[in-house]
Order: sequence, then structure tokens, then C-alpha cells
Amino acid sequence: MDPLTAQQDAIMQEIARHKGCGSGGGDGKTGCGSTAGRDDLPPEIWEKVKNHPCYSEEAHHHYARMHVAVAPACNIQCNYCNRKYDCANESRPGVVSERLTPEQAARKVVAVASTIPQMTVLGIAGPGDPLANPAKTFRTFELVSRAAPDIKLCLSTNGLALPDHVDTIAGFKVDHVTITINMIDPEIGARIYPWVFWNHRRYTGVEAARLLTARQLQGLEMLTERGILCKVNSVMIPGVNDRHLIEVNRAVKERGAFLHNIMPLISAPEHGTVFGLTGQRGPTAQELKTLQDACEGGANMMRHCRQCRADAVGLLGEDRSAEFTTDKIMAMDVSYDLDGRRAYQARVEEDRQSRVEAREAELRTLDGHGGASGVTVLVAVATKGSGLINEHFGHAREFQVYELSAAGAKFVGHRRVDLYCQGGYGEEDSLAGIIRAINDCHAVFVAKIGGCPKADLIAAGIEPVDGYAHDDIATSTIAWFKSYLDRIGRGEIVHAARGDALIRQGGLIALQSLNVA
Amino acid sequence: MALKIVASQCTGCSACEAECPNQAISEKAGTFIINPAKCTECIGHYDNPQCAAVCPVDDTCVIDPAVPRYQAAS
Ligand code: SF4
Ligand code: SF4
Repeated sequence: MDPLTAQQDAIMQEIARHKGCGSGGGDGKTGCGSTAGRDDLPPEIWEKVKNHPCYSEEAHHHYARMHVAVAPACNIQCNYCNRKYDCANESRPGVVSERLTPEQAARKVVAVASTIPQMTVLGIAGPGDPLANPAKTFRTFELVSRAAPDIKLCLSTNGLALPDHVDTIAGFKVDHVTITINMIDPEIGARIYPWVFWNHRRYTGVEAARLLTARQLQGLEMLTERGILCKVNSVMIPGVNDRHLIEVNRAVKERGAFLHNIMPLISAPEHGTVFGLTGQRGPTAQELKTLQDACEGGANMMRHCRQCRADAVGLLGEDRSAEFTTDKIMAMDVSYDLDGRRAYQARVEEDRQSRVEAREAELRTLDGHGGASGVTVLVAVATKGSGLINEHFGHAREFQVYELSAAGAKFVGHRRVDLYCQGGYGEEDSLAGIIRAINDCHAVFVAKIGGCPKADLIAAGIEPVDGYAHDDIATSTIAWFKSYLDRIGRGEIVHAARGDALIRQGGLIALQSLNVA
Repeated sequence: MALKIVASQCTGCSACEAECPNQAISEKAGTFIINPAKCTECIGHYDNPQCAAVCPVDDTCVIDPAVPRYQAAS
């Protein structure tokens, strides 16, 4: 056995041994919902994913991924999809990615990686299914691995064609594959998938779903056997597969999935999807979190997926794709600076390491402040990356949500919002929208905030906090949590639970046109 | 003797192009078209027209009434 295979074997055995993260045991570890935290994964896997923006929220503050849309065809039909647009749940509804040839895609990757040294991961996710377009997908991988050998390759698929391509995937050293698995029960699948196209035939109903689930689970097993890390995405569809996803979580964990990402259904009539038109709703923030919590002991949960568009470029919710249109990249003069990229990434690692210690020190002082009282609160944070509270309230396109408890600050998700600060009309509406989006939070941390929104937030019972501008998120939120517990201890305030929050469904098309303008 | 693609409904996804056993389908200005001289309605290859089976938009790959139905050589 060659050394690489031996190493992969060891990793796979480690996965097999690793049983959940034990965050329920009250052992004070930072919980595993922080998206594959250091304590939750075997060290070998942590090594592989710690700098991967799609698997670790913390890494997403420092590293960026990009997707290229080379795969327009699909081999299944989903009720949450309108094929005029990109996949509504893998990507954002109402968005059309710019389609590229493999040659254009490889050029774009080199151009982006030369401009943005944080860009370390290339994904192919659609707009169709990459494995329904195997020639285009693998040609892109071939060209990129030649031109930019340090870029990690990953792939998202519905799994139908996966068993046929596992060996090619392994050959390209693709180390991460994402499979979207929404059910393991064909009766439930029949309500999600009207048909699949396989082996030159269209299958419908329960037969289609039975075929799909068999192929998905077989593909998952084949990948884990070969040491390829496998993440599972599931779309939570209330009343259809919500409780069933607990069984899905168990089934995919048994077969070696190292992360399970449950995403909310995004559905509105204007998306033109079957679910949008039949009025099928998406889950609320609390319903989503309850389900993620129920699955937590299973495969590690991932909560930071932004369902970004298939040609997105950038850190966090940022999208710089407008800088890299086909016309612009074809005109760019690019040379690939591998050493410069490595040096940049080494500096990022130093910074990350030094901040981990400060966080741990802050956490150790929590006990003296009633940290053991069992109080947990959610807080929202405006950030544009680097793990800092560094975004102005009015400029935030999304808020990150952390759960504060005796165990520390645990990332539990993020909420997209409309820009409050668009200078002009609609400000009142967008502020109300932001409050609805973070209504389950006790406080919102920002670098800066104006007087008016401040007053409205306070009136809504959400404390605006601007005293930790440009400081580390985890350290600052724990410092604030200490003072919150102190105020409870002194009887100044009474801790009360907050309500639920809304996951935004509409308005994405408008947001998109703003991005480009 | 052929199918045709209703251009106003075609999303340009290219799924049909890859499935056609006769390379009868190609892209033209963002949508796809079928060359009626090459299309055999998949007769002799598959039980049903592949383009229609894979197309995500119902009734987009349809029999073209303007051309006579394909007759397999006997
Ligand atoms: S019916 Fe068959 S031969 Fe004709 S265009 Fe469609 S796939 Fe090609
Ligand atoms: S499969 Fe249908 S939608 Fe896709 S390119 Fe062909 S005709 Fe157009």
C-alpha cells in the first residue's frame, strides 16, 4: 500500500471510530455546531478541513472559495428548482450564473487566485449537476490542477450519477464531495422529486426516488471507502422531510459522511418552483435550529452554508464575481504567484493562532460571572471577515449568529438581510426586516451604528453593542456575556427568552442587481 | 421525421445535446435546435426520444408536425 493510501485508510478508520461530538455531555467544549470545530473532528480530518471555507465558518473568515458554472445540464428534477435559474437551494433563487467553457473557467480560476490570495478552493456545483456534465467538469479539474496546483478541488452532486464517476473523482484528488440527500424513504422522495433520468430512461414517482436514494448511498459509501471526504447537504422542507432528516442524518453518518449541512428550503411564488407555486413554506430560524440540534450527535452539523450562487467569488457573504466576468478575465494579464500565495497564507495562520489563546483566556474567566447559571443567549454580529466585528450596521448584508453559554461562543448560523444603508427610500422597511431576521437575538455587535436604528433596536429589545469595534468576535461576545450575566446577578435586568426569527425568502433578485451595479 | 425544440421554452441547459445518439442537437444563440436531417426520433437506439426524456421543461422537445415521421430502414 502506498503511503497516501495508508494515510487515507487511517483517516477513514478514524471517521469510523469517531462517534458524534458529545456536545450534549456538558463537558464544556466549544460545541460541534461551530461547524466542525477543532474539538469535534479527528485531528487528521481537522487538518484537511481547517482552512476550508465551506467546512469551517472560522476558516471562511480567512479563506475564500469560488465556484465556476461549467455544468448546466441536470439529470433530475426537484420541486424546489426552476431550471431557468440556478439551483434554488444549492444556489440562490432567481440567480443565473455566467456559463463558462472549461478553458474559460480555468483562466478565471487563475485570474481570481492571483488577485485574491485567500482563494484556496474551487468548487463545481452547477447550475446543473456536475456529474451530469462529466466531460466539462473533469476537463475543468484537469486544466485547473495543471495551472494552479495548490487549489483544492471540490464537487457537489445530487448523487444519481455518482457511482459511475467515483474513480475519476479519486484520480483528480478531489478531496471533498458534497451530496444533496433529502430523503432515504422513497415515499417522501416522491414528494420532492417528480422524475430522474437514468440509463436512457425517465423514471417517475416512488420508483424514481428509490433509484435516487440507492445511488446516493452507494456513491457515499464508495467515496468513503476511497478516503474522499464527503459532506451531505439536506434541504429542510417543513411537513415533507423535516423529521425524516433525523433518519437521514443517522444513515449518512453510518456511511461515513463527516459533515451534515441542513439548509432551509427557500421558496417563494416568484421563484416559479413547484414548491413556490404550491405555497410550500420554508422553516423558521427556530425550526431549523431545533432540527440541527436534534441531529447534533449524528454527523457533525454545518450551519454556515450561505447557499451562495454557483459562480460566487469571495469571503463570507461577499461576492466579487462582477470583477471577474468573462470579458474581464480574457483581457487580464495573469501570472500565477505560488510563492506569494503561500507567504500570505502563512501570515494568516500566525494571526489565527495568536487569537485562539486570547479567546481561551477570556472563556476561563466566565465561571466567576455566573457562567454556570445555564443561561444561553443568541447574539448577531456584523462582520466582513477575519473573525472581527468590523462591519457597520448599515452596510451588513448578513449577520452571523452566535450562541453564548458557559461553553463559550458557538457559531449557529447567519441571516441574510437587505442593506439598511442604501441612502434613500425604504430604510424603515429594511430596518424592520433586519429586526425580523435577528429577532431571536439579545444583542447585535457592530463596528458602528447610527442613532436612529440604535433606538429602534433597543425598542425591539435587541441591545446594539458598538463597544468592541474591530475586536475578535469570540473574545468580545464572551466579554459582553460576562457583563450580561453580571447585570442579571445584580438584579438590573431579568433574562427573558426571545421570539423566533424569519429566514428571508424573497428579494434576492433585487439584491443581486445591487451587487452588480 | 424529427423532433423540434420550442425555442421560447428552452432554458439552454444543454442536457439534450449530450443525450442525443445522433448528434442532431446544437446550440444556437443561447437555445438549442434539432437538425431534422439527423434526428431519428431515437428509433433504433432507445425506446423513447432522449431529448424529451431529459429536458427539464415539459413539452419543449416535441414532434415537429412540419416533417413526416421517421421511418426506420427495414
Ligand atoms: S429525438 Fe433522439 S435523435 Fe432526435 S433530437 Fe432528440 S435525442 Fe436526438
Ligand atoms: S434539455 Fe430542454 S431546456 Fe435543456 S437545452 Fe435541451 S431543449 Fe433546452
